[in-house]
Amino acid sequence: MTKQVQQLDRVIIRFAGDSGDGMQLTGDRFTAGTAEFGNDLSTLPNFPAEIRAPAGTLPGVSSFQLHFADHDILTPGDAPNVLVAMNPAALKANLGDLPRGADIIVNTDEFTKRNLQKVGYETNPLEDDSLAEWRVHAVPLTSLTVTALEGFDLSKKDAERSKNMFALGLLSWLYHRPIEHTITFLQQKFAKKPEIAKANIAAFQAGWNYGETTESFSVSYEVKPARLAPGVYRNISGNQALAYGLIAASVQAKLPLFLGSYPITPASDILHELSKHKRFGVRTFQAEDEIAGVGAALGAAFGGALGVTTTSGPGVALKAETVGLGVTTELPLIIVDVQRAGPSTGMPTKTEQTDLLMAMYGRNGESPVPVVAPMSPSDCFDAAIEAARIAVKYRTPVMLLSDGYLANGSEPWRLPEISELPDISQAFTTEPNGEDGAFLPFKRDEETLARPWAIPGTAGLEHRIGGIEKADGTGNISYDPNNHDLMVRLRAAKIAGIDVPDLEVDDPDGDARVLVLGWGSTYGPIAAAVRRIRKAGGKVAQAHLRHLNPLPANTGEVLKGYDKVLLPEINLGQLALLLRARYLVDIISYNRVRGLPFKAEELAGVIQDVIDSD
Amino acid sequence: MTELLNGKGLSLIPKTDAKQTLKDFKSDQEVRWCPGCGDYAILAAVQSFLPELGLRRENIVFVSGIGCSSRFPYYLDTYGFHSIHGRAPAIATGLAASRPDLSVWVITGDGDALSIGGNHLIHALRRNVNLNILLFNNRIYGLTKGQYSPTSEVGKITKSTPMGSLDKPFNPISLALGAEASFVARTIDSDRKHLQSVLREATAHRGTSLVEIYQNCNIFNDNAFEPLKDPEVRDDITLRLEHGQPIVSASKAVVRGDDGRIAVVPRADVAAERILVHDAHSPDPSLAFALSRLDEPAFEHVPIGIFRQVDRPAYDVLMAEQLDEAVAQQGPGDLSELLMGGDTWRIG
Repeated sequence: MTKQVQQLDRVIIRFAGDSGDGMQLTGDRFTAGTAEFGNDLSTLPNFPAEIRAPAGTLPGVSSFQLHFADHDILTPGDAPNVLVAMNPAALKANLGDLPRGADIIVNTDEFTKRNLQKVGYETNPLEDDSLAEWRVHAVPLTSLTVTALEGFDLSKKDAERSKNMFALGLLSWLYHRPIEHTITFLQQKFAKKPEIAKANIAAFQAGWNYGETTESFSVSYEVKPARLAPGVYRNISGNQALAYGLIAASVQAKLPLFLGSYPITPASDILHELSKHKRFGVRTFQAEDEIAGVGAALGAAFGGALGVTTTSGPGVALKAETVGLGVTTELPLIIVDVQRAGPSTGMPTKTEQTDLLMAMYGRNGESPVPVVAPMSPSDCFDAAIEAARIAVKYRTPVMLLSDGYLANGSEPWRLPEISELPDISQAFTTEPNGEDGAFLPFKRDEETLARPWAIPGTAGLEHRIGGIEKADGTGNISYDPNNHDLMVRLRAAKIAGIDVPDLEVDDPDGDARVLVLGWGSTYGPIAAAVRRIRKAGGKVAQAHLRHLNPLPANTGEVLKGYDKVLLPEINLGQLALLLRARYLVDIISYNRVRGLPFKAEELAGVIQDVIDSD
Repeated sequence: MTELLNGKGLSLIPKTDAKQTLKDFKSDQEVRWCPGCGDYAILAAVQSFLPELGLRRENIVFVSGIGCSSRFPYYLDTYGFHSIHGRAPAIATGLAASRPDLSVWVITGDGDALSIGGNHLIHALRRNVNLNILLFNNRIYGLTKGQYSPTSEVGKITKSTPMGSLDKPFNPISLALGAEASFVARTIDSDRKHLQSVLREATAHRGTSLVEIYQNCNIFNDNAFEPLKDPEVRDDITLRLEHGQPIVSASKAVVRGDDGRIAVVPRADVAAERILVHDAHSPDPSLAFALSRLDEPAFEHVPIGIFRQVDRPAYDVLMAEQLDEAVAQQGPGDLSELLMGGDTWRIG
C-alpha cells in the first residue's frame, strides 16, 4: 500500500503525558531528528515543578511543544496542529489550545474508567461526540508496545515504559524524520542495560511500522528543510548556550571561570553544564546557599577570576547585599537570573519577566548595575560574553536576565567562528599609580571610570577594599559628606557611561507610525506577530532592547520617532515604567503573566488594535 | 592520591628572602578600636607573628565580615577585604579555592561567625578550605552597642534583654568539631605567647583552622574572661591542651571515670598514669568534643590550646586536582571543539 504524502510548510506538535511518561525525552529526540533533517525549529518544554505529581492527574501533565518549518521561524508556535495525548489528563489539559481540525493521537489504553474519573470526565471523550471537531487517531499505544516487546525478558511494567518510544516512532514515520540518530542515542543511553536499549529500539521501530501499515494513518507529511544562512548548526537550549557563552567569555577574557551557585529551577542546568567542563579550568562551587554562591564568586573575582553566580529570582533576592558589595568594591561579577514566575516561590517551572526592577534597583543605597537580556536561546551565548565584557572592562557586577522560556526552549544555532569572538581581556594592574610608588585602588581610568584591578600576589599593590564608603582615590574609609556624594555620582556615571550599541529599528519602509518594542525573550513572539501584520499589508516598526541598563543612547530618539509605542511584557509593565520615567513617552503596555510566552497571534491582534486606534 | 599537606600548610605559598618585621605589616591607617579593647592585643600579636612565616606579603589576604573585629584587615599592610555581615567565610572560600597560592585569613566575631554567618562557617569547616579563621569571641555585640550574642550566657542582661536572655549559647569549639573541622583551637587575647603558638600550628595546617580567641570587650562585657587572666586563679582553672601531654592545670587533672566520661579532679588525688593524655591527632573527635564541654558551667576549668588537628585533604587542592585530571583525561579545553560537540549539520 502506498500512502499519500502531503507537503506542509510548518507543523506544531505537542507531546503531552504524565510526568513519568518521558515526554521531555520524546520531545528532545524528535527535535534532534528534526534538527538533523534541516528544518528550522523552536521548542517549548512545559512541565510541573513536582518530580512526580500523582499519576494521571491534571497537575502531573508534562508537555513538550515543537514548531518546525521549511523557513525560518521565531517561536514554538501558538496552537498545535498535532497533540499526542498519552492519557486523559494530557488530553483534558491541552485540548483548549487545539484549533478545530487538529490531529489528536491518543493512547486509548489509558482511557480507563478510573483515569477518566481522576480528571473529571464523566463520559469517555473518545466515545461521546465531544471530540468531533478534531481528527482523533485512537491508538492503543501501551498494549501495542507490550505486544511488540513480547519476546523480551521484561516485566509488563518495564515493557509499558517504552510506550513513549513507540509514540516517537509513529510520529517519526508520520513526519518523515530520520531514525538513525534515535537508534544510536538509545544504544548509548542504555549502554549498560543492553536489554532495555534493544526494547526501546524495538518499540521505536514498531511505532514506525505501525504508521506505515495501519489504516488509521492514510497520509504522512513532509516539511522540507529550511533555507537558513550557510554555516554549521546545532540545536541548543538557552541554558546550554549561556553556559557555553560563559566558557567562551572566560577564554576571551583570559580569566579562569569560577561559578558559585546553589541549585534552583530553572537555572540549575547551567551549573550542571559548567561542571562538565573542568578541562577549561572552570571551577564550579556548589555553595551552601545563594548568598555563599555569590560571595564565593565575588571572592574569586577579588583573586582575579571571572566570578559568576547563576540563580533565579528568589536567589537574586538573597544575593542582593553581596551584589551591593560588588558595586561598591567595583569588582567584576556576573549574576545570571533565569527568571521564573514569582513572587516568592511562585511557579518555578514557568516563565516570567518580572525581575527587571529587582535587577535594576533591588539593593540598598544607590547601587546601579548594568543589565543585559538575551533575546533567544542561542543569543544567551552572545549575551553571556557581552555581560562578561562589561563586567571586566568596567569592574562591575552585571545582571544577565534570562528566563525559563529561553532556558529550556531550544532552536538551531549557527555556530560562530571562534576567531570572530570579541577579545574582552583587560590587563590586571601591576604597577603603582600614585606618587612615590603609592597605589590608589580607586583612582579611575579617565575614559571608562573603571578602577584598577590589582589582584593578591601583586607585590607593592597591597590594599584593602570593603563595603564601607571609600575615599576617592585612596580607598581608605571615609565618612566625609562630600566624598560620599562624589563617590555615589562616580559609580552612577561609570554605569551610565558604559558603551552599548544603538537600538536598531526594523522599519522596512520607514513609514510605520507604530513601534512595537520588546526586551528579553519576547523577541520571537513579537517578531512573528510583526511578520503577520506586514504580511497582511500593515505597517509596524520593531525594536528590541538587549541592554536595559544603560539603555542605548538613541532610545529616547527612537521612541519619540513614532506616534505610538507598544511594549508587550510578561510582567505588569516594568520596562514601561522605566521608559516613561526616563523619556516621558506615553508607552502603551500589553501585559500578561500566565507563566507562558506570548503567542504570535495574540500579539498580532494587539498590534493591529494599536494601529487601528486613534 | 592527594598528597596530604598538613604540616605543610604554607607549601604552596611563595616565600620571600627579604627580612620582614612587624612594621612591614602595619598599614598607614589609624587603629580605631575603643581604648583598652582586646582587639589591640590580637592585632599586635598577629602583626608580630606574620614576619616569622616568611611569606611574600602580597600573597597574604585578610577577609572579614562586620563587627568590631572585622575592621582588622584595614590595619594590616597585606591585601584585605572588609566584606558584609557573616559572609567572610563564603567570600574567602571563593578566593582560597581559586588561589591555592594565597594565605587567606578570616577575621570574625561571635555574632558575625555564629549568628548571621553560622551557615557559612560550618560549611567552610566541613569543606576544609585552606583558611585560617580567627573567631574573636567577646560574648557580646559590640559594634551595635551591647546586645547579647550567641555566645552570651543564659540570663544575660543587655539592652535587648532587660529581663535576661533566654537562649542557650553556642560553644564554638563543640560547634566546629560537630562541623567536621580538621583544626580547632582556643586561645586568649591576653596571652600573646600562647596565641602565637596556636597561630603557628594553625598556619602550618593545610585546610580550615578555626581559632577561637577569648577577647575582652571592656565597654559592653568587661572582664568576661577575668578568671582566665587573674593571677590568683588562672593557673588552676586553665587546662593546657598539648598533644601527647597529660591534660592538667596547676591543681587539676582530667581523667576518664568508670562511666567512660571524662572528669576534672584534684591533681593530688590521682596517680600520674591515670591522667588523660591529650590526643589532638585522633581521627575520632569524641575526646576533643568531651574536652570542649568541660567549661560548663563557665570557668571552673577551661581547656586552652589545640583540641583537634588532623590531616584531611584541603578543598582547594582537591578542586585543582579535578581540573588537572580533566585535562589529563580529555586534553585542555578547546572552544571550537566544545561548540562543535553534539549533533551538528551544515547548510550551504
